[in-house]
Amino acid sequence: MAAFWVLAPIMVIAALGILFVRKAVHAALLLAVVMISLAILYLVQDAPFLFAVQIIVYTGAILMLFLFVLMLVGVDASDSVVETIKGQRLMSAFVGLLFGGTLIFGVAQVGLGAVVGLDAAQEDGNVPALARLLFSKYVFAFEATSALLITAAIGAMVLAHRERLTPKQTQADKANERVREYAESGRHLGPLPAPGVFARHNAVDTPALLPDGTASELSINRILAARGTVRSAPDLAEDIKELTAQQENQGGEA
Amino acid sequence: MEAGPFIVLSAILFTIGATGVLVRRNAIVVFMCVELMLNACNLALVTFARVHGNLDGQVAAFFVMVVAAAEVVVGLAIIMTIFRTRRSASVDDASLLRF
Repeated sequence: MAAFWVLAPIMVIAALGILFVRKAVHAALLLAVVMISLAILYLVQDAPFLFAVQIIVYTGAILMLFLFVLMLVGVDASDSVVETIKGQRLMSAFVGLLFGGTLIFGVAQVGLGAVVGLDAAQEDGNVPALARLLFSKYVFAFEATSALLITAAIGAMVLAHRERLTPKQTQADKANERVREYAESGRHLGPLPAPGVFARHNAVDTPALLPDGTASELSINRILAARGTVRSAPDLAEDIKELTAQQENQGGEA
Repeated sequence: MEAGPFIVLSAILFTIGATGVLVRRNAIVVFMCVELMLNACNLALVTFARVHGNLDGQVAAFFVMVVAAAEVVVGLAIIMTIFRTRRSASVDDASLLRF
């Protein structure tokens, strides 16, 4: 019973945390706490097989699947604080309290009787006893489970599948495309020019200079250009002028 | 070891899960709350198995776990599909059937 009184508050606090944390990842981790604590409670209640299954299937597989989908959807996606239905949270809390109160009140009314314990039911161990039940009394349910699992697997594949609408572009297609563009608009056939390399600065954010002194826009990544972090070469040149002027001054003083 | 506290804990966890389904808006967190409710039911089933002295409750809990695993696979695939088409995992945004 000690395990119960230690774990029960942890589980309730973690479960309440799922209601209040903003980020879905934190909710998943709190759910992991609840599930592992539940597994220990199964162990305490003579269910070692369910303890293992809870850890392997729930915490290991299902929760990792949740985290996997969270990573795909975007970890930063947190709930908005704005209520779409006015007073929804207050009403939900009220309904929740009412429901919980009714449930606990109802449970308290029922006499559970003396606890029989599982020692007689699983004399030769928990797993053999469960296996005997699964393969005799529940064998049809067990076989239906296999159909369910196959259906779920196929369903997930169908839902996650995306049909390719356009044919895949091959290397030859790309080459043909370039030559066609050259014929139509005279676009340069070769690779794009490299970014500028100067005496004091060579980085992807500095455009190369064309023979007439203007910056070549093709030489810089268009994402950098969109972000506005591109440095202009004339700025660097002015910097160089300043430096050389400084050095000349210093040389004059010395 | 009496069984009452286990059943009460199960009821509390189920209530928290149900409230979470009502309150949270992110579809994935709503789904986690459904899982919490399933887990709470499992705790009650395992406790009742011990109270009655037979293993039927544990077998039922085992089947609940299997069904939950299948349900999570399909549910998350649906959430993924909705996210792919609508760029959002909020349950409020998927309201096209209202109109």
